[in-house]
Amino acid sequence: MTGISVRDLWKEYGDQVVLERVSLDIAPRSFVALVGPSGCGKTTFLRMLLSEEVPSRGSITLDGKPLAPEPGPDRGVVFQRYSVFPHLTVLGNVLLGLELGRSRFWGRLFGPARAAARAEAAAMLEAVGLGHALDKYPAQLSGGMQQRLALAQALAAKPKVLLLDEPFGALDPGIRAEIHALMLDLWHSRPLTVVMVTHDLSEAFGLATRVIAFDRTRTRPEERLRYGATVTQDIEVWPKRVAGQPDKRIPQPNRPGRDDPATLDGPGRDDPAHAA
Amino acid sequence: MRLINRRPERGTWLLLAGLPFALAVGAYLVASGLRLAENPDDKLLPGLSTLGSALWRVAVEPDRRTGDILLWADTAASLGRLLVALGIASLSALLVGVAAGLVPHVRALLSPFVTAVCLVPPLAVLPILFIALGLGEASKVGLIVLGITPFLIRDLILRVDDLPRQQIIKAQTLGAGTWLVAIRVVVPQVLPRMVDAVRLSLGPAWLFLISAEAIAAESGLGYRIFLVRRFFAMDVILPYVAWITLLAFLMDWGLRKLQGKAFPWYEAARSGS
Repeated sequence: MTGISVRDLWKEYGDQVVLERVSLDIAPRSFVALVGPSGCGKTTFLRMLLSEEVPSRGSITLDGKPLAPEPGPDRGVVFQRYSVFPHLTVLGNVLLGLELGRSRFWGRLFGPARAAARAEAAAMLEAVGLGHALDKYPAQLSGGMQQRLALAQALAAKPKVLLLDEPFGALDPGIRAEIHALMLDLWHSRPLTVVMVTHDLSEAFGLATRVIAFDRTRTRPEERLRYGATVTQDIEVWPKRVAGQPDKRIPQPNRPGRDDPATLDGPGRDDPAHAA
Repeated sequence: MRLINRRPERGTWLLLAGLPFALAVGAYLVASGLRLAENPDDKLLPGLSTLGSALWRVAVEPDRRTGDILLWADTAASLGRLLVALGIASLSALLVGVAAGLVPHVRALLSPFVTAVCLVPPLAVLPILFIALGLGEASKVGLIVLGITPFLIRDLILRVDDLPRQQIIKAQTLGAGTWLVAIRVVVPQVLPRMVDAVRLSLGPAWLFLISAEAIAAESGLGYRIFLVRRFFAMDVILPYVAWITLLAFLMDWGLRKLQGKAFPWYEAARSGS
């Protein structure tokens, strides 16, 4: 199981301090959402987890070992855009993830090995609801389908950690709800630790086990340069989500929404009985 | 309706497109007719029948001295040089361009040098090529290669830069190293873009070919028109120029078709991003 441990992390660009004093422990199999206003360094933090950027100070360890200095197959990623390869078909995109890991020189598989990988890729695509579009090119897919493909591609390489950089930010609300359900499904069914950057709070609380907010604590103009953002909130989502145990309460139709009148049966989360 | 919102229909489009060609041919015929009326032996603007018989002579009848049919022999010689040169230039540009675009150390090594070479006027190097490689095929092919390769390399480096950084990162998270990123992600995506660059370099390539042939050759389209220039043989030069233009057009058209056939994803991906 893969835990991420971040110790006293700083990131500076020249004189500009972007992030400072970030210390976090991310438990194995958790689903962490990073939120915050734009420019608060949440994407920079994700890039450091990806090894796309190097921390100025501090350390990140994965399973107790220092993070590799460059991106690798232990950490998968889905970006908001450009996550899939336009020159490969849907099947080819997922197959590529398998071929790159298994054929070190050609990056291609042949014969029975290819047939096996092809079946694996097709099954993965079936799981994300793209079984009918294997031979299409990404440009022929809608935004939501492209992100499904990106998820399938990232997961086919079996990463321990999945990093998501506003993956659903550009999608329509209806499509988003569907892909949220898919995302939870995938997280429940695979041994994954997920870290997701989002600016959408309802998405963060709707998916994650833990929501972490980054923000600047010093915002006077003369302080902006030399003080970066840090962790300002660290919230366990309630009711607790546990990986591998899909929450059966969510689809209950008669559960009151936040703007509905309160029901009288049973304790709510703010009841004194529950707090005790 | 405003002019910017009015679109020609198919028939109007053909008419408009054909008009400048018709005007040019018409103007030539009128001028030629006027000059021939004054002096039937005028060689500067030959009439249609003279052009036709000259074309017959070079394209159908074997040459009395060599026994070759001149137009075809010249075309084969010129196209051979051009295609060999384009092949060498494309391959080496692909190799160097992708390496320099993808690997920062290779870029540091080669990019300033290629930029400098790009600024050397290739025709100024032609005497050096003649001295170093002799007057044979090598120096003509060499001139074309030298003339267009630096441009192709610089263009390819830019095209590699254009690929979203996310794709390179993504490929690494799928387990690719530098080599696999190059052959599975970068090369397949820059190939159709290289076809565009080669199309743009066809003009310079023909220019260098004809220049080299004009100066030292024993066959070739450029050699022929510069040879018959001594006899004011406009009736041969004009069909040759039209033929060269047609060949250049066909090569351009062929490359565009090839791009559509070989890279079916490219058109949609280009307009989509």
